[in-house]
Amino acid sequence: MSAQPAVNTEGYTTADGRKIGGVLMEMKNITLRFGGVVAIKDISFDIREGEIRAIIGPNGAGKSSMLNVISGFYVPTEGEVWFKGYRRGPMKPYQVAQLGIARTFQNIALFDGMTVLDNIMTGRLTLMKTGLLAQAMWWGAAQKEESAHREKVEKIIDFLEIQAIRKTPVGRLPYGLKKRVELARALAAEPKILLLDEPMAGMNVEEKEDMCRFILDVNDEFGTTICLIEHDMGVVMDLSDRVVVMDYGKKIGDGTPDEVRANPEVIAAYLGVAHD
Amino acid sequence: MVVLTAPSDALTSIPALLARNVARIGALPAYREKEFGIWQSWTWAQTDEQVRALALGFLSLGVERGDHIAIIGRNRPAHYWAMVAAQMCGAVPVPLYQDAVADEMAYVLDHCGARFIVCGDQEQVDKVLEIEDRVQHIQHVMYNDRRGMRKYDHSRMNALADVQAEGRAGHFRYEGELTKRIAELHYDSTCVMLYTSGTTGKPKGVVLSNRNIIETAKNTSGFDHLRHGDEVLAYLPMAWVGDFIFSVGQAYWTGFTVNCPESPATMMTDLREIGPTYFFAPPRVFEGQLTNVMIRMEDAGRLKKKMFDHFMALARRVGPAILDGKSVSALDRLRYGLGNILVYGPLKNTLGFSRIRVGYTAGEAIGPEIFDFYRSLGINLKQLYGQTEASVFITQQPDGQVRSDTVGVPSPGVEVKIAENGEVFYRSPGTFVEYFKNPESTASTKDAEGWVATGDAGFFEEGTGHLRIIDRAKDVGKMADGHLFAPKYVENKLKFYPNILEAVVFGNARTMCTAFINIDLQAVGNWAERNNIAYASYQELAGHPRVYDMIQSHVEEVNRSVAADPMLAGCQVHRFLILHKELDADDGEMTRTRKVRRNVIESKFAELIDALYDGRGSIYTETEVTYEDGRKGAIKATLTIRDAAVQGTQTRMAAE
Repeated sequence: MSAQPAVNTEGYTTADGRKIGGVLMEMKNITLRFGGVVAIKDISFDIREGEIRAIIGPNGAGKSSMLNVISGFYVPTEGEVWFKGYRRGPMKPYQVAQLGIARTFQNIALFDGMTVLDNIMTGRLTLMKTGLLAQAMWWGAAQKEESAHREKVEKIIDFLEIQAIRKTPVGRLPYGLKKRVELARALAAEPKILLLDEPMAGMNVEEKEDMCRFILDVNDEFGTTICLIEHDMGVVMDLSDRVVVMDYGKKIGDGTPDEVRANPEVIAAYLGVAHD
Repeated sequence: MVVLTAPSDALTSIPALLARNVARIGALPAYREKEFGIWQSWTWAQTDEQVRALALGFLSLGVERGDHIAIIGRNRPAHYWAMVAAQMCGAVPVPLYQDAVADEMAYVLDHCGARFIVCGDQEQVDKVLEIEDRVQHIQHVMYNDRRGMRKYDHSRMNALADVQAEGRAGHFRYEGELTKRIAELHYDSTCVMLYTSGTTGKPKGVVLSNRNIIETAKNTSGFDHLRHGDEVLAYLPMAWVGDFIFSVGQAYWTGFTVNCPESPATMMTDLREIGPTYFFAPPRVFEGQLTNVMIRMEDAGRLKKKMFDHFMALARRVGPAILDGKSVSALDRLRYGLGNILVYGPLKNTLGFSRIRVGYTAGEAIGPEIFDFYRSLGINLKQLYGQTEASVFITQQPDGQVRSDTVGVPSPGVEVKIAENGEVFYRSPGTFVEYFKNPESTASTKDAEGWVATGDAGFFEEGTGHLRIIDRAKDVGKMADGHLFAPKYVENKLKFYPNILEAVVFGNARTMCTAFINIDLQAVGNWAERNNIAYASYQELAGHPRVYDMIQSHVEEVNRSVAADPMLAGCQVHRFLILHKELDADDGEMTRTRKVRRNVIESKFAELIDALYDGRGSIYTETEVTYEDGRKGAIKATLTIRDAAVQGTQTRMAAE
């Protein structure tokens, strides 16, 4: 594998003129083993502030494991994760959220019985300061705080164009909309970095186009750094600034979509040339 | 209550009406819009500030007298303000249909020569940029919603809020000029230009003066006793004359509140929250709501269903009479009152019709059952007849004289006459000035005395003096055997069945009538579900034999009812087929206001029509469709053709 693309700490400018900042998160020689199975083998890459970073690869390449390492759900067997200039140790889920990392899941994890609005409100849990009792009594600072949070949530509802289903229980929504609600909940946490696990899986062409639009808008409007895993090559190539390609737990390519597309190893992995 | 009339010689423009409202009712709400989940509101005084800031901004951008400013977007307060701001600058607002594809938009923008365009959001801006090289004179694009607009080249583009900020900053430079321009407005200067949907040919720009709009607003507000406490929901296309009359003309004249929904998808929720007192909707909306209610009642519990059926039967019997103030027995009144508590009240509340004083429907014929359903609930739903060239109102129904089969008596100030061939003519203060850059069409539509041909055939009913419309005058024809052919009459009867969304009847100069049917996916889909009929697509459902059986029974019922009228007995449908796709404005088969374009359909589906007449039992066809993003595709299908039983026309013809 050739050396890292020549990007310095000052960041770079994308083809469409967006300024990308310095390194936000860095993976250094990550290896992840489950017993004897090696899910990720010695992978290093970085995610820069404000960019849309994609991780792609065939089935079983270790993409979701990688995302779980980034989110702090898995602790790598070897290697280090650096976030905002600090080395990150093992963390509890709420600590991850407090750090400003939010994610969506491949197989939607929403509260089916709750309304869209309530689901999105849960995304702001870590940002709430009043205690359980005050909130339950709906008294004093809790009132004011909820109004402030509701306002933020309404902005997100408006942004993702889901006003019409605000009061609909999530269980009654079609799949594509559920995905959008999940994105809304992740955004409600005002994350620094947003991890999307196959945001377009199982969608039709129109839903995919909508979702692409929303991801680009989120990045553009809120300046959120986005790291996404995706199966659909076309979507990834249109959407992302830089792409990491994985295959059998190894990194086989890293660079801009054009560089990756021209990489013979990547082509081989996707076209299914015999492996040794 | 503040009385809003004033020496009317001073009130000769919309900006003048705005100034009067600020002076009289400045602290009352003029606009509301639901945004971020909350109804935001602007008083008349705040509205004035917003509009003036925008007008000053327009001046700083170089808007000249007589400029056309196109406005493309959904109903939002800022878009209405842009129209009034344009008028203040001596420019002409031209609202456009926001769902028009770029090509349609190019024609209109080119024709009106707009140098300035106000867009609702990124989607509209993209369409304008797409046609920019074809329409050379576009100088500056403004947009309301900033979302996604950051990366665009802003050398000739601005957010509306920024234009207002510029206007406020340049207050001292432009205030004098603005005051001068407002003072120049008079009763005969142009108020607005609206493009007709164009059932035939290219759209025409209808020029309406301040006199047209304000006189019409004044007369009709008086007719229905509209007042400044009234509430309307502005949800119909801004490019349509009705919205301009209701949300601008009458709103500024009477000072009532215009409420804008949060998004098109939340319309029904917003309707319920606002509970308008004055409401307009095309029959389609009322039909859709009724269908929804009926479908939900099918799924309701036994007790609820029984209660609903019982009280609806009562309402049908006595409801309309109570509404019209006729005598009804005390017992029935008592029972109706009980029904109001148990059924009608909650139902009206669910529909958002609790507070309606005046409701109108127009544009198409409304089914008698649908019309009666709403009236029996105590909703004062009425019909009116109008067109863009008349600033909407030609005839309307007075309270207490409402029926589903007439369109009412001439509106105040309107004269109506019927020509030899049955065509309806009118003359009124609302009659349009001209078609923009089209003197030939103006001359052929409006004669020297100011009479305008509506293109509709109709007659005044003996005794009541109500007007009845049969059909488009040019569509009324003769069949080969000399019988009168009035397709719309039959189509409307067919469309009154909830399962039939659209129908097109053929038969002019032919020996018999035949029809295309479009099924209503929601109604038929629900029926299919209840009857365990599986289907994977619209096309499959439309071609299902049992759906055909059902539609055939509808067609035969219509034939029986048509046969009852000797003049129109020839219009019975002998053969029909169910189309494999919905007729769609994107494919040019309907206008944007969803009226069927007969000639387009006749040429596009020529082979299907031939098959209807040559006795075949089925036909294979391929049809081109246009998707919302402009791409094209094809639908292939083999359509079944059915024969429907007709009532003794043979004997009748023999007897003649």
